[in-house]
Amino acid sequence: MSVNHAGGYIADPRTRPIEWLPWALALLCYFVAPSYLPLGSYVLTMIIFALSLDLILGYGGIITLGHSAYFGTGAYTAGILAARLTGEPLIGLAAGTLAAGLLGFVTGIVILRTRGLALLMLTLAITSLCFEVANKATAWTGGADGLGGFSVRPIVGLFKFDMFGKTAYLYCLVVLFASWWVVRRLVYSPFGASLTGVRENNLRMHAVGAPVYRRLVIAYTISAALAGLAGALLTQTTQFVGLKVLGFELSGELVVMLVLGGVGRIYGAFIGPLVYLIAQDYLAKQFPEYWYFFIGAILVMVVMFARGGILGILDAGIDRFRRGFR
Amino acid sequence: MQELLSSLVSVAFHGLAYGMILYVISVGLSVTMGLMGFANLAHGVFAMAGGYVMLSAMNRFGVPFPIAIAMAFVAVALGSMVLERLLYSRLYTAGELEQVLFTIGLIFMSVSVARLIYGTLPQPVYLPEEMKGQLQFLGRDFPTYRVFLIVFSIVIVGLLWFGVERTRWGAMVRAAVDYRAMAQSVGINTSRLFTLTFALGSGLAALGGALGAEIIAIQPTYPFEHLVFFLIVVSVGGLGSLRGPFFAALLIGVADTACKYWVPEFGAFFIFVATIAVLLWRPAGLFGRAA
Repeated sequence: MSVNHAGGYIADPRTRPIEWLPWALALLCYFVAPSYLPLGSYVLTMIIFALSLDLILGYGGIITLGHSAYFGTGAYTAGILAARLTGEPLIGLAAGTLAAGLLGFVTGIVILRTRGLALLMLTLAITSLCFEVANKATAWTGGADGLGGFSVRPIVGLFKFDMFGKTAYLYCLVVLFASWWVVRRLVYSPFGASLTGVRENNLRMHAVGAPVYRRLVIAYTISAALAGLAGALLTQTTQFVGLKVLGFELSGELVVMLVLGGVGRIYGAFIGPLVYLIAQDYLAKQFPEYWYFFIGAILVMVVMFARGGILGILDAGIDRFRRGFR
Repeated sequence: MQELLSSLVSVAFHGLAYGMILYVISVGLSVTMGLMGFANLAHGVFAMAGGYVMLSAMNRFGVPFPIAIAMAFVAVALGSMVLERLLYSRLYTAGELEQVLFTIGLIFMSVSVARLIYGTLPQPVYLPEEMKGQLQFLGRDFPTYRVFLIVFSIVIVGLLWFGVERTRWGAMVRAAVDYRAMAQSVGINTSRLFTLTFALGSGLAALGGALGAEIIAIQPTYPFEHLVFFLIVVSVGGLGSLRGPFFAALLIGVADTACKYWVPEFGAFFIFVATIAVLLWRPAGLFGRAA
């Protein structure tokens, strides 16, 4: 079991040098590829979303097809706030995070009592419910037309969002850095270790007296809050909220991205969205029909042959390389 | 009063037709999930495939309606048998996540194949002449085709019940659902049983998809759009049972039709709330056994 999930508690939680690589690359992109910054912001946002999923799926072992409920809640909260009250971005982020976290807490308390198919169904049903609410409450959400036409004020009154997406990119990068730091601290803490224990063997964790249910609810709440943060970020950088942010398809795509990168190892959440979204940007425009076939085929291949995703393949490659020298 | 009565009858009738179709599509899912413990999210793919087979046979090649229906059943059952042997059977022992991912992958692939062959628009349904009119019953008019749907589905349900409760094959299936290892050790070839049952379940889904093409439009997004409803039927009804999904499907069919008729502004709201309530009250479903 643990072969597929390399991640988990390690004795030495200090940052390894290679962990700075993604940040260096992200900054490099800012200077080298300015025309791709809007796509870059989207990728960074989805990385935060994937990180939030990794926390509960990769570490907690909760299979969900409804994580977009929290992403969408964050997105709509930030959007409605900007449209009705204030366009101050940091307040929007905080509100989106809080709202999604609250929803995550309330729904988590209720649904985490179940396991397996029932849990999967409940996550699906909650997302569908949120979708229906957003679809019908047109006065607040704009319904199927989406919510737009609001303006986002400069960040802390200083940094204006420009039309090239420069500010937005750096903004996303800073928020991602903060989220990464939080998730990393959590995962390498005793709390993260006990979460990994729940994933690996639920019964045994009960047997050693760990408060399994409470741990799961806490993890679920944090994860939902992070998803809401990502949603709010998307709203502010695109200045639009569509019904898609609550769709079941988004949840599915998110799981695909995370699995593609590698589940339960933090950086899988970095690689997956990056590869998926760049491939989508490139392929989906030219061959929209083939794109879904391609993604489906990749998914089947990953499940059949490479359950660790891209990072799993890399690991195996490095392993073989090292053994070759011995 | 007269008006209320007639709308009640109409809602009950159309809800019944919709529920029956939901049941015929979903019952195979209940059996595969209960029997093999396989989280098969791609079940709707078989229903869609059935619809496409029937409609292209009728629209393009002029095959008569009954033969087209039979073709849908046979083609999809055979196709699913190949899929089961090649791919599904490798994942019986894998975790739930792998199964979910694999079947989502299948959905993606089938959606794009369907779009490539048939385009994005829903397929038109041309009913045969004798199915078109209305039937008079107790002074009310009922669309002939829907009456046929209900009667046909009842026949299928009867056959299925007979097959599972009264035949040797049914006894073997029930034994394997209850305790697979024990069934295996008394000499039941469970892997062949799985393949046959899977094919039958997929064939039934194809039948449901084909018959219900007039109610649930056949289009490439079909497996995604209706997945939630198939899963709700199965999880609310209870895995591995025949009876549970039957009541769940009827309940959902009637409730959904009633909501659309009287309170369209609520949409599918009620169904999701009811599903959440049922699953919290009985996580194993109304007729499921506690895990």
